[in-house]
Amino acid sequence: MSENDQKTLSQRLLKRAAPGRAEFEDLVIVPIFAVIVALFIGALIMLATAVDIATIGRSYVALLYGAVGSLNAISETLTASIPLVLAGLGLALGFRAGLFNIGAEGQIVVGGIAAVIVGFSITGLPWIVHLPLALLAGAAAGALYGSIAGYLRAATGAHEVISTIMLNLISYRLLDYMLGLDWMQRPGRSDPVSQSVLPSAELPRLLTHIDPNLRLHAGIFVMLAAVVLVYWLLFKSKTGFEFRASGENPDAARYAGMRASLIIVLAMAAAGGLAGLGGASQVLGVLERATPGFSAGIGFDAISVALLGRSHPVGVLFAGLLFGALEAGGRQMQVDAGVSIDLIGIIQALIIVFIAAPLLVRAIFPWGFKRYAPERKE
Amino acid sequence: MDVELRGITKRFGPVTANNNVNLTIRAGEVLGLLGENGAGKSTMMNILSGLYAPDEGEILIDGKPVRFEGPGDGIAAGIGMVHQHFMLVPVFTVAENVILGVEPTGRLDHLDLAAARKQVREISQKYRLQVDPDALIEDLPVGIQQRVEIIKVLFRSAEVLILDEPTAVLTPQEVEGFFDIVKSLRDAGKAIVFITHKLHEILAISDRINVLRGGEITGEGDPKSLSEKQLAEMMVGRPVSFEVAKGPFKPGEKLLSVDDLIVLRDNDEVAVDHVSFHVRAGEVVGIAGVQGNGQSELIEAITGLTHVNNGRIELLDKDVTHASVRERHKMGMAHIPEDRHKSGMIADFTIFENMVLNTYYDDRFSSGPSINWPQVQKKAAEYAVDFDVRTPSVYLKAGNLSGGNQQKMVAARELERDVALLIASQPTRGLDVGSIEYIHGRLMEARDSGDGVIIVSSELDEIMSLSDRVLVMCDGRIVSEFDANAAPLDKNAIGLAMAGVAA
Repeated sequence: MSENDQKTLSQRLLKRAAPGRAEFEDLVIVPIFAVIVALFIGALIMLATAVDIATIGRSYVALLYGAVGSLNAISETLTASIPLVLAGLGLALGFRAGLFNIGAEGQIVVGGIAAVIVGFSITGLPWIVHLPLALLAGAAAGALYGSIAGYLRAATGAHEVISTIMLNLISYRLLDYMLGLDWMQRPGRSDPVSQSVLPSAELPRLLTHIDPNLRLHAGIFVMLAAVVLVYWLLFKSKTGFEFRASGENPDAARYAGMRASLIIVLAMAAAGGLAGLGGASQVLGVLERATPGFSAGIGFDAISVALLGRSHPVGVLFAGLLFGALEAGGRQMQVDAGVSIDLIGIIQALIIVFIAAPLLVRAIFPWGFKRYAPERKE
Repeated sequence: MDVELRGITKRFGPVTANNNVNLTIRAGEVLGLLGENGAGKSTMMNILSGLYAPDEGEILIDGKPVRFEGPGDGIAAGIGMVHQHFMLVPVFTVAENVILGVEPTGRLDHLDLAAARKQVREISQKYRLQVDPDALIEDLPVGIQQRVEIIKVLFRSAEVLILDEPTAVLTPQEVEGFFDIVKSLRDAGKAIVFITHKLHEILAISDRINVLRGGEITGEGDPKSLSEKQLAEMMVGRPVSFEVAKGPFKPGEKLLSVDDLIVLRDNDEVAVDHVSFHVRAGEVVGIAGVQGNGQSELIEAITGLTHVNNGRIELLDKDVTHASVRERHKMGMAHIPEDRHKSGMIADFTIFENMVLNTYYDDRFSSGPSINWPQVQKKAAEYAVDFDVRTPSVYLKAGNLSGGNQQKMVAARELERDVALLIASQPTRGLDVGSIEYIHGRLMEARDSGDGVIIVSSELDEIMSLSDRVLVMCDGRIVSEFDANAAPLDKNAIGLAMAGVAA
């Protein structure tokens, strides 16, 4: 075989097969149908709890209206999705590295605490320094907190599921304790509320010139930047290659000379950093202070977001937007139709169930898919 | 019981796995079924055992057409399959494993273990299997575990036994014993289907041979009138060379020296026991031994994957006893791992990702913190062509390649860089004749270009045809050494040393 032949042959191998229909079905059709089925079953549940049909119709209209029906609705949807996407990206990173980190909640809490402290305690800085500093503090605290679980896993083999659950609980108590400290608590208040973040550390609201009530803040840029950064990290960088290799096949990664324990600590730190950033953006952009339970279960919803987004940064972005929309719409639904916002939790859970069971969705909507052919063994 | 497959065709989407296959299985006869990986042997046997339904054609048992609806139907009709990978519960006894799923029960669902043990003993005696019904599976050697699998199908009254690559896990000595068992089953009137891709075995045991290639029967014949060469040609579709082309033996400087090495397993058992040897440039050192006699641990120690408890390893005159995997790798050590699925590749990664699994950090493929993927893809395509990895695209997931192509991919990754010492563990396990020929050729090329090569294999033929020196490991020690360039290798002597019989 001449050198030229070899060149043409190798060129031919660089061709990329067009994405198959099966991939398209998995990535697009299954999630869409999953949402439809979940909404339908949500309606059945309302029916079963003696909600009449007219109200069910009204509540879904309100859900849609509250999610995307007005500028305010869109602003609320985006605002709610910012911490979800940030924490979801962190979890996705962990999942890719084979770590089932469910500690985003705790990492959000410590990230939020650190951002608030930097936000109110340092005075006299221009915003261009103060705001990044506060965000960075949140990310660093989250990273440190996440790497505790990573270190325990790498050094002692303690499973990260257990240790992150424990660290979540510890973070709640840490928050309660710190909110009671003299230098932390807002002067003149007896209830546990932190001092307010200084304006120079606030994430500026973006749409107040249209309507002062619009809450969308500059955290959305942080979120978009994080999507790009995580995409680069996972798919373009050496570190991300190591993360993914260890996640897919730890044995092969070890044989290839990758250092498993270092990767575990790094991945947990990166995951914690992103969740901490989510906590920071929540306190600097929406709440402006820390209160007990300010994390509001975002870290747990983010697990669903990461799973729904199939641990892909772009997928996480869309999943986070969907969950943000459900949350914003759910509030409207509660106001307009008097249906409990807990229904949103049920619908979110159902979506996850159907995403996790694509064969079930295929069975319910056989006409949406090409006939399923069993894969060939051998 | 006679079974006939008539015009069987099975398609999976666009792929035709079996095309108009006709096959006759007769009582009291061993039918050898020869074919490369992916030739459609497993599909055909899965059709026979009821796991797949054929798209066309029919199955006749004693002349009457039957229809299998599910996996249970084959065994119910008397067709039993002994899989390559055993399905035994290690903490159960032989008898408990045998009855699993078809437990004899008395009143109130009482488990009649006594009856089961009696039956197992009877079967064992009848076919001279010599299996103790009360032994725990985890205490039994692999060869005996295989007999338990055979008892399992006999217990279910199988008249046709399908043996899928049964000798893959056995030592040469065990293979002989196994052949005796197959013969006694045949003489008792059972029909045997013996699936393999090893030519000498099929000639030794079969009464009739069918060769399968590309889903079709391409040859049929009598083992007495067929040679290995003819069979190989039928199987591969072109003439195959059995001789490994080797340049003259020109040993160079010492590349690796291992001195008084001791490695303990996790449970503090001694895995490698005071082992010393060396490898020179341009030399192939074969490490022979029955699996589980410390070869894996020795290789792990040399490559830096396991902790060394005592002794010293030197690579290119530098002490690397405690160096990391990557440090050794950078010094020119290449390693083709024994289990490519588990540790040699990542099935869900693309071919180009797998091609740089341990070189991605190199300046050739990355700059700063990022990997230069277009460059990786270009190089990977060149490597794939160079190493004859047959794939439509480097974007394909490695898991979609056939075993032979996966191994060529791993070999390409390890050899397409500056290598001084190549360690190949079981480099051709589970591969077809064509791929074995190719891999052997590349290993010899590495030797002739002045690399040191270590080959670990449980295939004695492989060790004998490739090695300049053979070290035999038994029970963690190197028990004998044979020099191929001093005198021709004596297969029998090596086999005995493997079995632990002092020479």
